[in-house]
Amino acid sequence: MDKIAIVGVGQTTYKRKRQADIFYDMVYEVTVKAMQDAGYTLDDIDNVVTVSNDFLDGRTISCMAVQEAAGAHDKNVSTIEGDGTFGAFYGAMRVLGGFGTTLVVAHSKGSEGDPRVITNAMFDPIYHRSLGLDAISSSAIQANAYMDRYGLSEEQFALVSVKNHKNAQRNPYAQLPLELTVDDVMQSRMIADPLKLLDCSPVSDGAAAVIIANEDRAKKARTKPVWIKGVAHCADAYFLGDRDLTDPKALKDAAKRAYTMAGINTPIKEIDLVELYDAFSYMEPLWLEGMGFCDPGKGADITEKGITALDGKLPVNPSGGVLSAHPVLVAGLTRIIEAVLQIRGDAGEHQIDGVNTALAHGLNGPCGQSHCVWMLGRK
Amino acid sequence: MKDWLDNVPELTVKGQIKLPYTWSVGEVGSKFLVALRDEKKFLGNRCSTCNTTYVPPRKNCGMCFRDINEWVELADEGVVMAYTIVRYAYSLQPAAVPFAYVIIKLDGADVGFVHIIKDNLDKLKNGVRVRASFKEDRKGHILDIDSFIIL
Repeated sequence: MDKIAIVGVGQTTYKRKRQADIFYDMVYEVTVKAMQDAGYTLDDIDNVVTVSNDFLDGRTISCMAVQEAAGAHDKNVSTIEGDGTFGAFYGAMRVLGGFGTTLVVAHSKGSEGDPRVITNAMFDPIYHRSLGLDAISSSAIQANAYMDRYGLSEEQFALVSVKNHKNAQRNPYAQLPLELTVDDVMQSRMIADPLKLLDCSPVSDGAAAVIIANEDRAKKARTKPVWIKGVAHCADAYFLGDRDLTDPKALKDAAKRAYTMAGINTPIKEIDLVELYDAFSYMEPLWLEGMGFCDPGKGADITEKGITALDGKLPVNPSGGVLSAHPVLVAGLTRIIEAVLQIRGDAGEHQIDGVNTALAHGLNGPCGQSHCVWMLGRK
Repeated sequence: MKDWLDNVPELTVKGQIKLPYTWSVGEVGSKFLVALRDEKKFLGNRCSTCNTTYVPPRKNCGMCFRDINEWVELADEGVVMAYTIVRYAYSLQPAAVPFAYVIIKLDGADVGFVHIIKDNLDKLKNGVRVRASFKEDRKGHILDIDSFIIL
């Protein structure tokens, strides 16, 4: 693969409700921020990828309402309906395909629709939608299956929530910086067994943008480029009943392909930091298993041992993760941005020392039907 | 620009999108739903290449990429593989909370079947046997199965 890099990033602060901003305002804000970060002007942006979802936005062809805000009024603009990591994947392919630079921008507002009704619509209309399944209830089934298979406890998941909300206290963009105990999580309101309120990510509004450049154009950026060493995605079956919900095999496949591209042989030794899509507390250990950082069923152990803490061997979600802010679609792009900031040494209060190689992860679909894995590096 | 907002909140506009659809169930799905409606029977189908018995049935096997031609009659009973008890209510749920979502391995099937359990939730755990309870008035719909009953 030719050398391509992320040379600019921008994000809004994430809030429960951004009533003062329309989508257009948020997209404009992060587009300007990403260009300023890169030291680029609009003339330096060769093409634009927007990331949006019609049901979330409440309008069809939702991408068409934000293209001017993304600086695309005279540019080739295209759209991904899915998580921002997949939008960035497409953006990277466009750079590999001949564009010098791509701006990728994602936006969403959970506050404006009803996340239960919207996520119900991802299910099959003939067999599953009329059961009333949504993102929370389907994930709760997965958490139950995961606990049952490996004898895990709710307290083990609660510890992830405690860690990530604590990390969020150092991240000014996070929505839910909280000082919690395992007891606080355990005592919070039961939503869908075994998931309690503090096992669930919040409803959030926000936007994020990245600029991807080829090697030549990266030289024009004022930032130190963060190189895309490997990237891959893979999808599992659509119907929940067809899948082994305790075995994230699409993630395993995506991680394996990304590691091969990046020359990673032993992830736990060679990767310095992970930003992953923890929409619910149980997802962090399950995804760590899928990424090959530990054996199946042992993801919760490595959090208990402190390995995933800010000062651990493998800090996971030093930003506070998706548990601390969950703008749908944007959240995966935020994971990429956080990995980039860490590699550049620009993460501020939650900076981890000596990050050379970081993994950023996003997902689409109920219970992590598809996963996208990014390997990013300083060199 | 911001000062005037000290006294006046930003406005919002309320709306609702309501879109009618009529989704085709397809040939295989129709046979499945008609069997539920007319005979209270679960029909699956089996891929002759990988021997996976699917329910609901499919016209082809996504794993083997082959047509499926063999129908299999399944039991109306099975075992709970995973579940959650839902505590929050919203407009699209088919039952009053609390109720449970379950993935059931019906006897004779190789994949899980997703449905609900309404009663005796204190007895619900993985591994319990359950049986389908059908509605009296059946329309050829997945909710012709009212719910599953813990045995």
